[in-house]
Amino acid sequence: MKKLSARRRHPLAAVVVLLLALAATGGLYAAFAPADKAQADETAQSLAIDEGKKLYAVGCSSCHGTGGQGSSDGPSLVGVGAAAVDFQVGTGRMPLQQQGAQAPKKKVIYSQAQIDQLAAYIASLGAGPNIPTEKQVSPEGADIAKGGELFRTNCAQCHNFTGEGGALTHGKYAPSLEGVSPKHIYEAMQTGPQNMPSFPDTTMPEKAKKDIIAYLDAVNGEKTESPGGLKLGGLGPVSEGLFAWIFGLGALIAVAVWVAARTAKAKKS
Amino acid sequence: MSSQENPEENLPSEQESAHGAVAVADEADPFADPGLPPHEHRVQDIDEQAARRSERTVALLFTISMLATVAFIASFVAFPVDKSVYIWPIGHISALNFSLGMTLGIALFCIGAGAVHWARTLMSDVEVADDRHPIEAEPEVKAKVMADFAAGAKESQLGRRKLIRNTMFGALAMVPLSGVVLLRDLGPLPEDKLRHTLWSKGKLLVNMNTNEPLRPSDVQVGSLTFAKPEGLEEHDHDFQTQIAKAALMIVRIQPDNIKDKRELEWSHEGVVAYSKICTHVGCPISLYEQQTHHALCPCHQSTFDLSDGARVIFGPAGHALPQLKIGVNEEGYLEAHGDFDEPVGPAFWERG
Repeated sequence: MKKLSARRRHPLAAVVVLLLALAATGGLYAAFAPADKAQADETAQSLAIDEGKKLYAVGCSSCHGTGGQGSSDGPSLVGVGAAAVDFQVGTGRMPLQQQGAQAPKKKVIYSQAQIDQLAAYIASLGAGPNIPTEKQVSPEGADIAKGGELFRTNCAQCHNFTGEGGALTHGKYAPSLEGVSPKHIYEAMQTGPQNMPSFPDTTMPEKAKKDIIAYLDAVNGEKTESPGGLKLGGLGPVSEGLFAWIFGLGALIAVAVWVAARTAKAKKS
Repeated sequence: MSSQENPEENLPSEQESAHGAVAVADEADPFADPGLPPHEHRVQDIDEQAARRSERTVALLFTISMLATVAFIASFVAFPVDKSVYIWPIGHISALNFSLGMTLGIALFCIGAGAVHWARTLMSDVEVADDRHPIEAEPEVKAKVMADFAAGAKESQLGRRKLIRNTMFGALAMVPLSGVVLLRDLGPLPEDKLRHTLWSKGKLLVNMNTNEPLRPSDVQVGSLTFAKPEGLEEHDHDFQTQIAKAALMIVRIQPDNIKDKRELEWSHEGVVAYSKICTHVGCPISLYEQQTHHALCPCHQSTFDLSDGARVIFGPAGHALPQLKIGVNEEGYLEAHGDFDEPVGPAFWERG
């Protein structure tokens, strides 16, 4: 203890104390964080709504209100449907870590069973889109070319031509669609998460959604190969032009300087 | 370069030959022209071995270029268009693209590199000074030209026969008119095309995705739909011309949230139809944020508030997006109540 107090005026003492305090706060938060504590047992389907309500009360009600009616910190969840819950919680966007321009995709906290329970509870508050079935979202048998057309008409303005994403206003952005599962793409179109507009079946039928998913799988999926090699972000002429100007012209100038800098004379000066 | 760094070389004692003789400043001519620095030889000028080495290097570069061209043709024949290979650090790339690019690049680069090496090491590099001619002609030449011109003018009788002179001037002045008249073929004037679109009273709003007319119940709050006028089909010869003016962006906003009175009047139960063409330079604008009701243009970031008459809230656009007045017909389909009441798209000189 004497040793410790002798160093209390060390220039780094404040930093050390700050780090310890931060670690303690973080540790305590992690230990008592609502999401981690909310353990739900495997329950029968008939109890899913009850279980979902318990999970909701612990993990979601502080922002969305005790009955899903919404508050100044979060929108009402009445009528958003199970698909919205499956998308928001299943991609880790909810529960929200902090208020900001947009909820980012992050580590998924709940298990799929818990997400289904939450979804069942939210769906019981008001009718909304259901979680799509495997068959609904499968890109098999879909028209990729038609999907490309639909994507360019409806989606490309924000998500770019091959789903690379792009910037919106005030720090908001359209995320990249690379690696997003067909189910989540379908749910996003169906429900319109955050500032994304929705594309309900009335204006974009199920078949069209499948075509779009198939197109994304073809141009931005796991097996997609870029015939040009380096994609440079897949952003089109801007990044490609910048690359050509900086590296292409830079190499030409460097070679020209190198050639001219070396004298060909026998007598080196 | 060397003459500036080693001034001693310019001293008379360093001079080897008449070439590059350097004048020395003396009292009579303190600013004498120093002339060219003495010529310095390259290794290849002195050493025949080195010259042969250079010759071989140049020939090698040209040979590599030939081989690369052969490889280009071979890879064009050999690789199927969809074969993909992994090449570090580029990643997966089409084998055909990569080999064609590499071989053509090598072939061209080696011709250039060979030519540069040839010029630098073997071609003569003796400095040559070529003095400029005086621009003015000799007085005798000038006098002869003037005399010839005067004689020619006299012989042609141009000054005497005024009728010929005047008609010739007339003919020469008229000839360029032909070219001016041809400019008419640059295209018809736009007339009132910029002020009108295909929309007219009673035309149904057709969903671009399904090609079916829209009902108000199809359009949900927070959704985004693109519509075209009834009767315009994608295979029509003027589809692009017409859709470039008539494209619509349809959203639904809770009537309580619509701030602009006219927007509410021109909507149907909160379904509003706005032109999709940005009023700045005409980009298709459809980056709609459903929570804020802002539409952002991807070209220059003009932002419009669709809940407040599509007023410009940011960016270079000068006008709000034109709104189309809509309603429902007896069968319950959304229809236009006329054309836009102002020109869509970017401003133009006579827009007013």
